Amino acid sequence: MEKNLTNNIKSFIVSNIVPILFLVISIIGIKYSGVALPVILMDVISRMDRNLFLVLSLLIPVLAGMGLNFGIVLGAMAGQIGLFVVTVLEIPGFIGLLVAIIIAIPVSILLGWLTALLLNRTKGQEMIAGMILGFFAMGIYQFIFLFFLGGVVKIDAPQGIMLSTGVGVRNTIDLVNVKYAFDNIFKVNVFIFIIVLGIIGIIYSGLKLAKNKDNAKKYRTNIILMLILIIIGIAGQTLPAFKMYKTLLQIPVFTFVLILLLCVFIKFLFKTKLGQNMRAVGHSMEIAEVSGINVDRTRTVATILSMVFAAIGQIIFLQNLGNISMYNAHENVAMFAAAALLIGGASISKATVTQAFIGTFLFHLLFNVSPMAGKNLFGDAAVGEYFRVFIAYGVIALTLALHAWKKVVAARQKVKEAELKEDQDNKEGATA
Amino acid sequence: MVKSYIEKIGLPRVIIIVFLLLLILAAFLQGQNMSMLTTDVLVRFGMNGILTLAMVPAILCGTGLNFGIAVGIIAGLVSGIWSIDLGLTGLTGIMFAICVSVPFSVVFGYLYGKLLNAVKGSEMVVGTYVGYSVVSLMCIGWLVLPFKSPTLVWPIAKAGLRNTITLDGYYEKIFNNFLSFQIGSVTIPTGLLLVFALACFIMFIFSRTKTGIAMKAVGDNNMYAVAAGINVNKMRMLGTIISTVLSAVGIIVYAQAFGFYQLYQAPLNMAFMPVAAVLLGGASTNKVKISHVVIGTLLFQALITIALPVANQIAPEGGLAEVSRLIVSNGIILYALTQSGGKK
Repeated sequence: MEKNLTNNIKSFIVSNIVPILFLVISIIGIKYSGVALPVILMDVISRMDRNLFLVLSLLIPVLAGMGLNFGIVLGAMAGQIGLFVVTVLEIPGFIGLLVAIIIAIPVSILLGWLTALLLNRTKGQEMIAGMILGFFAMGIYQFIFLFFLGGVVKIDAPQGIMLSTGVGVRNTIDLVNVKYAFDNIFKVNVFIFIIVLGIIGIIYSGLKLAKNKDNAKKYRTNIILMLILIIIGIAGQTLPAFKMYKTLLQIPVFTFVLILLLCVFIKFLFKTKLGQNMRAVGHSMEIAEVSGINVDRTRTVATILSMVFAAIGQIIFLQNLGNISMYNAHENVAMFAAAALLIGGASISKATVTQAFIGTFLFHLLFNVSPMAGKNLFGDAAVGEYFRVFIAYGVIALTLALHAWKKVVAARQKVKEAELKEDQDNKEGATA
Repeated sequence: MVKSYIEKIGLPRVIIIVFLLLLILAAFLQGQNMSMLTTDVLVRFGMNGILTLAMVPAILCGTGLNFGIAVGIIAGLVSGIWSIDLGLTGLTGIMFAICVSVPFSVVFGYLYGKLLNAVKGSEMVVGTYVGYSVVSLMCIGWLVLPFKSPTLVWPIAKAGLRNTITLDGYYEKIFNNFLSFQIGSVTIPTGLLLVFALACFIMFIFSRTKTGIAMKAVGDNNMYAVAAGINVNKMRMLGTIISTVLSAVGIIVYAQAFGFYQLYQAPLNMAFMPVAAVLLGGASTNKVKISHVVIGTLLFQALITIALPVANQIAPEGGLAEVSRLIVSNGIILYALTQSGGKK
């Protein structure tokens, strides 16, 4: 029994080594940053609010076997186009963001379709193609916003959008009209949020438990976990020791509801026929093709969905930020989202919603504490800043390399097995 | 007739050549200083040449386009900085930098080659991110490396290297000015072109040796190479090391013409220009000739050199040249990827 337990712990650590490692680094960072934990967490919550939707937009292509979709840069551009139109038309608040999303959706569908055309012609090299496509699209995007608008097509924009010459859009546009339009709808402190989440979880698990008895154990543990969550929530809400957390940690409910809806959608998608097809294509394109699945079409749908969610994600991101830097905001979207997902323990061919949550939390925790920790440890904040950039690139490089290596090993294994079998066949043939 | 000709040269190259001719025409009509532009094109052709040449061994040995030349660039930068820290000037300085960069880049290239052999089939995307990682890790390196020369270190903080390090007074333009002469008002940077030609010649000779031919066989047809008893991994390793060494030497030659060593984030996206140039010259992800390097670098550098003043006159706000560079170079790479990937 005891041995079993240590084995369990061992396998848990081995299978979650990446997030555990980053948790340790983050804890060291928190300690040396010298900043109070509630202040750090406040920033991390707002960063999760900003980024989660974008990180989740990477999930579908991963499961469809297309790797990390570095092409979501195009989706982010679509989101920015939507916000730009809304700012020019001066549509304020919640309606403004809705209009931005409505404009961004068809644009991102078109871009997603074009991206899929490219990715279907570069099978096996989707990631590098997606990356280069991102750079290429940035060129086109800059051409449109710097020279076409105002240069070829005159637009009637309010003050502060176009450059003083009248040709081209400014580098930074203030989003006064739509700033926080999703975030400020309704905020509760983190403990109430936890309690409500726990209650919903109990009701959900209870209903499932009543309906099917097969997974009874799983749902029972779920209910116990949720109860613990509620107790933590109530403790935080009532105990005076957590007063600072209570006032600082405000959850923007509407945005988090949007994020949760996307999670539910992804879970639901993979229960449908289409989702199952995506999984099959992700597993092996040849087998999927043979079993009558239209591989190219399935991959196209996955790419388009990812693009649309990236567009909405970028709108959520920018309404929280409060301004668009027209020519840079989209630049690192894919890289940071990919790094966050991978830090949560995802790989190039497997990722879950939970990994996206954990990864985003850890990545932005690290992002928040590393400059201060770098300053206190090395006497220079820049060390910490470069360190976090290195972490982002490094984790992607490492995961890509591991994935490719596993593929090579698997292929070698297959060849070996085939050779063995051939040998055996030959021998059998000889004896016969 | 025309169609077969276009097919032979390749559609993207035809488009780029037409575009380049239009640019030259526009430059004439705008009354740009053509002799100055020609000089610039020659200098940029020479200074970028070796970096483009670094693509050749990588493509020959079958690892594809080397998006990870940043690994070699870092080796070159470290040696260059060292030569300045020692206060070496003139030919001694640059020769020291080049000689030191070779062992550095051999070690780096060996490690990089080990990795690339483990990730067959995904070299390009892994290489890109390995390059990014190395550059961002070296950002911390530049802050903490114990160099002391006042040319290198920030004056106030007394620690951490400057973003750009001037070569003025060390070996700025030392190759450019060697035997340089004037034709009319066009300056020919003879030394620079000779260095590039020498590098190309060595590469050409190498590709004719037994090892070079074996390497080419690996890149051309992996199965055939295995059947012929060639050690594929060894050839890929050798190709990667040579590519890394060339990019280390390439960045030193680049810097002496440019006049500065650029540190920190500067090498981050340096791989994309040589990649685009060699593809423009007619290479694909598994076939390349030295002539592709020469033609590609010349076309690509002519394009972006002439585009700059022409675009600035059309749109004085600036940035149009940079935008067209983004579109052209990445468009070429995308086209090449669609040609090589395809259906399996």
